[in-house]
Amino acid sequence: MSILANLAHALAERSVRVVDLTHTLSPNFPAIVLQTELGQAAPFRTEEISRYDERGSGWYWNNFTCSEHTGTHFDAPVHWISGRYLPNNATDSIPVEDMMGPACVIDCSKESVLDADFLLTKDFLLRWESEHGQIPERSWVLMRTDWSKKVSDPVAYQNFDEEGQHTPGPSVDAMQFLVFERKVLGFGTETIGTDAGQAFHLRPPHPAHDLLHGAGRYGLQCLNNLDQLPPTGAFIFCAPLKIEQGSGSPLRVLGLVESR
Amino acid sequence: MTAPLQRPKRKNPVVKTRHPTLPPWTRSRVALGMTAAAAEGRFELQRCEQCATVQYPPREACCRCLSEELPWVEIDGLGDLISQTTLLHSHDLYFRERVPWRLGMVRLDAGPTVVVHLHGDVTAPPARVRVACKLDKAGMAVLVGFPQEDVPNMADDRQLREFTCDPKFRRVFVTDGKTATGQAVVRALAAAGAELIWVGHAEPWKRVPGLVDLQALPQVTLLPLDVTDPRSIKEVASQVGPKVDILVNTAEYHRAYGISTRAGTDIARMEMDVNYLGLLRLAQEFGPVMKARGADGQSSAVAWVNLLSIFALSNFPAHGTYSASKAAALSLAQCLRAEMKPAGVRVINVFPGPIDDEWNQLLPPPKLSPQAVANAIVAALRDGLEDVYPGDVAQEWRTRLKESAKGFERELAAGSGT
Ligand SMILES: [Zn+2]
Repeated sequence: MSILANLAHALAERSVRVVDLTHTLSPNFPAIVLQTELGQAAPFRTEEISRYDERGSGWYWNNFTCSEHTGTHFDAPVHWISGRYLPNNATDSIPVEDMMGPACVIDCSKESVLDADFLLTKDFLLRWESEHGQIPERSWVLMRTDWSKKVSDPVAYQNFDEEGQHTPGPSVDAMQFLVFERKVLGFGTETIGTDAGQAFHLRPPHPAHDLLHGAGRYGLQCLNNLDQLPPTGAFIFCAPLKIEQGSGSPLRVLGLVESR
Repeated sequence: MTAPLQRPKRKNPVVKTRHPTLPPWTRSRVALGMTAAAAEGRFELQRCEQCATVQYPPREACCRCLSEELPWVEIDGLGDLISQTTLLHSHDLYFRERVPWRLGMVRLDAGPTVVVHLHGDVTAPPARVRVACKLDKAGMAVLVGFPQEDVPNMADDRQLREFTCDPKFRRVFVTDGKTATGQAVVRALAAAGAELIWVGHAEPWKRVPGLVDLQALPQVTLLPLDVTDPRSIKEVASQVGPKVDILVNTAEYHRAYGISTRAGTDIARMEMDVNYLGLLRLAQEFGPVMKARGADGQSSAVAWVNLLSIFALSNFPAHGTYSASKAAALSLAQCLRAEMKPAGVRVINVFPGPIDDEWNQLLPPPKLSPQAVANAIVAALRDGLEDVYPGDVAQEWRTRLKESAKGFERELAAGSGT
């Protein structure tokens, strides 16, 4: 059988499972927060056009509005100033081959419970590799923190205090390692942002955004169900909407997992 | 002496809620001049420019010399009660449900003799009284005779409460408790004796000072509410809508930009989304249920308060897009007033000058304290007003706009106004 016929067969008999790595887009989903005087990303909103009523008796539909960076979403290189002049840097020009790939899942859930400001370091990644093997080129590295389990409590999910947001993320040396040495396709997190909540204070600030997008790589954030993926062996699909000159987009992220 | 108002019993669930009815409300066009003054809490009559006769009812010409120069002047309302009667029967649907109803004839010191609704504490004639001009359930000017000196529990008079929206023992919904003004409004309502106060708050992850402290007030319940989210409004309306006697919309979005001082329309869109569409969404969800409760016993739905801005009346270019959103909200509030009228629910528009908050940081004093705005709202409810202009800046704007709206527009364009 061909590869795709094999895949279809495996899906049918459930030896390959599909895991939804996406949160539901809802008005309650916490939106990214920037300093009050800066431009703000619109939250997800939906308004009925009709619902089998006098506005349209036989059908139900809505208008929705949101920013490109709402809910579970994709960051294109053009999102960051470091990626602004790269070719094929927006949602409509990114090669479609980059919108899927093998996933390496780095479990930082215990560390993130103990420290909301936990930073994933190069040393941590090297220890992970000693157990699971080297991170392959063109793979998606997903930082599992189980932060997604807080999503029903938006206050805990955002986790703000007077000094800003406290959520885990990657360190500068981890991003340098992943981008320049391991040459990953992209990096994904369960929190709002590929960077840590306090990443503005790192040097350089926002290393995930700055280094990934500067190298023409991609980000995924607000991912869900990463605890259902194995450390290696999963394959993910993450195609953003084809928005002209889009800096990102909400999307459905799916993971394929082989049953062992 | 008026018996103090008692906390109302809970609603008997097997008794049908009465339909709201209105007192007779046809008035001549010229008589609406009294309504215009009463909407702001003043008693005005026409005084002839030629012969100084003060006349009532208002007419097109002087009743003594036929002059048509009849400017409106404020009347102190003092006078003598010369007769009284108590209505025990009426064919009018509104008064039929409210008899016995006390009426009196007052000879005003200013000249004319007028028929008034008589407060229960006015003693039998002859007696000195103070006549005030109030709006009735139909939104029309009527005259009310009060005792010359205040007496205890005066506001609790059964007849007077038909003309006022006193928060005492009423259940109030304040749409945004995260702003300093919203919090001041909640505290002022609690101090005024509101029975229950529901307080909306959006984006719970953004902590603001003061919101948690409100929960220490026994009347207060916090409810998640974002006026930009139709589903969130629907949810809150389904929880508390049928109990709201007074709604105070304090939700607003304010940034200090004109057209050229901010690229794009994202801020203007947010201002419209909160200040204009937010009001529209609230009115669509809470309006119908409040209209249905316009005659629901002692604690009927009585008032809807909009926190607008004096910038709604003429554009303040430094806050140009905010001004435009408030002008839109004012226009919609007039629509709401028209739609709420059949139920006798008063729509009160509050037009403060700049409030002393972070978005008016660069405006020079005088600026209104949030407390002053809150006090103005409670006073407007107690007095049954319709349009309120709290603070010196708002009063100044009001005067200037009356003198010359075009001239004032020019001055605002040149950078004055506050
Ligand atoms: Zn005259």
